[in-house]
Amino acid sequence: MATRVLVPSGVLGLGFDREALRRAASDKPDIICIDGGSTDSGPFYLGAGVSKYSDASVRSEWKELLDAREVAGCPLVLGSAGTCGTDGMVEGMLETTRGLAEAAGRRLRVAVLKSEQPAASVSEALQAGRLAPLAGAPETGIEAEDVERCSHIVALAGAEQIAAALQTGADVVIAGRATDTAAIAALPLMRGEHAGAAWHGAKIGECGALCSTRPMSGVIGLEFDRAGCTVEPRAEGARCTPESVAAHMLYENADPFILHEPGGHLDARGAAYDALDERRVRISGSRWVASDAYTVKLEGARLAGFQTTALVILRDARYVANARRWLDRLEAFLAREIPVRTGLAASDYAIEFRLIGVDAALGRLETRASDPAEVGVLAIVTAASQETATEIARLANPFLLHFPLTDEEDLPTFAFPYSPAETERGPLYEFALNHTMRLDDPMAAFRLEVTEVGRGPSR
Amino acid sequence: MARLGEAVQAVRSKNAGPFMVTVDIFCGTDAAFQRVNAALPAAAVGRLCGADPDRVERYELPDIRVVKFSFPRPAPQGSRGDRDMHGAQWAVLLAEAELGEGGESVRRPSRP
Repeated sequence: MATRVLVPSGVLGLGFDREALRRAASDKPDIICIDGGSTDSGPFYLGAGVSKYSDASVRSEWKELLDAREVAGCPLVLGSAGTCGTDGMVEGMLETTRGLAEAAGRRLRVAVLKSEQPAASVSEALQAGRLAPLAGAPETGIEAEDVERCSHIVALAGAEQIAAALQTGADVVIAGRATDTAAIAALPLMRGEHAGAAWHGAKIGECGALCSTRPMSGVIGLEFDRAGCTVEPRAEGARCTPESVAAHMLYENADPFILHEPGGHLDARGAAYDALDERRVRISGSRWVASDAYTVKLEGARLAGFQTTALVILRDARYVANARRWLDRLEAFLAREIPVRTGLAASDYAIEFRLIGVDAALGRLETRASDPAEVGVLAIVTAASQETATEIARLANPFLLHFPLTDEEDLPTFAFPYSPAETERGPLYEFALNHTMRLDDPMAAFRLEVTEVGRGPSR
Repeated sequence: MARLGEAVQAVRSKNAGPFMVTVDIFCGTDAAFQRVNAALPAAAVGRLCGADPDRVERYELPDIRVVKFSFPRPAPQGSRGDRDMHGAQWAVLLAEAELGEGGESVRRPSRP
């Protein structure tokens, strides 16, 4: 018997084709899985423990998915709740679910899986030699002090922890941080479908319709069996081709053949992608290679100061043509004046400028030289406190507005787009961990709780 | 001289976790795959993208006519020196590189 997984979209908050979702739900899949998170938008969300997506988007989509679950009569799983998957985000989704269940007059059994790690237990794992760095990690080693400076640390749950949540008989699973693939792979693996296909299909489906010719349509159906996985886009006119499916194995993945997961890795070197018809693709030939030790990936973010920004626009053609030279002069001037006026050492703050219209995105790697009509000058100040960052930005303000290209010319006046010109960005966070943690038992670092929410007859 | 982006179907780049970036070159045809594959050793990508050439991983996928590179981000994603949160602009550096006719012959475009 095959296991059919419905993936409504790549992430909760991004939207999906409603008609495709209705059709797919009425086909009675075995499970509906959606991802809620990623590190892709940067360290702020984990550092602050907040979601990237608007509450309104998340609530309205979650309501539609709970309705689809009623029609399908199967479990609904959310992985990596609230972008970062911290305990606070999981609890927030539980409350959202409770509110929606009550409003709909439904009774739901909800399993909540928490992934957040106390710094003390990660420090302990570090001391015990259970942490190992991953490729691309900063060369410098990690100390207990680095761990303790993280505001939030999460461990990425795998299929084992999601399976434990499903085994509670839950209607809805709300998981903290998990791998993108874990929620999708869990049920096929529990039912004994081909393990290589379970992980490979999960990787292909984890971003929803991104593996199809209509990436915005969201809804993807995955059918897993003992030999492989069939991928089928559910939106009208959407197609999966061997190329579109194979291409997704490369996506956001440093190695195009190997995908590391808790407890082992997927080896897709022998994979075949075959068109079943013009819409569906069959994946087969991948292998799951179990590891000796069970490890989970850790993510941690820590405070790296506070930032204040200012933006000014140069429009005078002579200044636009000489923007770099002007900026070099201004930077040298500020490097002299800031310490004199504030008493701060150069190491106490950083002021960085980006020339928008010149090379703001690529910096010294930029190869194109153009003749823009205007240049935006973005000043980014970082300091240990918000007050200091803003004080430095205010100190720079009159020079951003009036600094001349030479000493012997009238003072120019550039364009500030708003008043005040300074914007407090708040805390700056940085990713501080790129490590795995070895566990004796997959559940050792995770907590599972089951709650009944709402009212009315249970299913 | 042709730009690499004009000789292939698509070039994309994206973060592969917060510390790595990965660039996929979809060549489209076998001929384009062979041309790009010959013109782009890891060291050339390191030079174009500001990455340590010894840490550039290179993958050839002839079945889907893709050449892929992965390397550590010069600044970790979202840290103070990062300019591009999602890492999608590295693709531009490769797409705009000049592609010669054979041999190791990709280079930065000359500024006008």
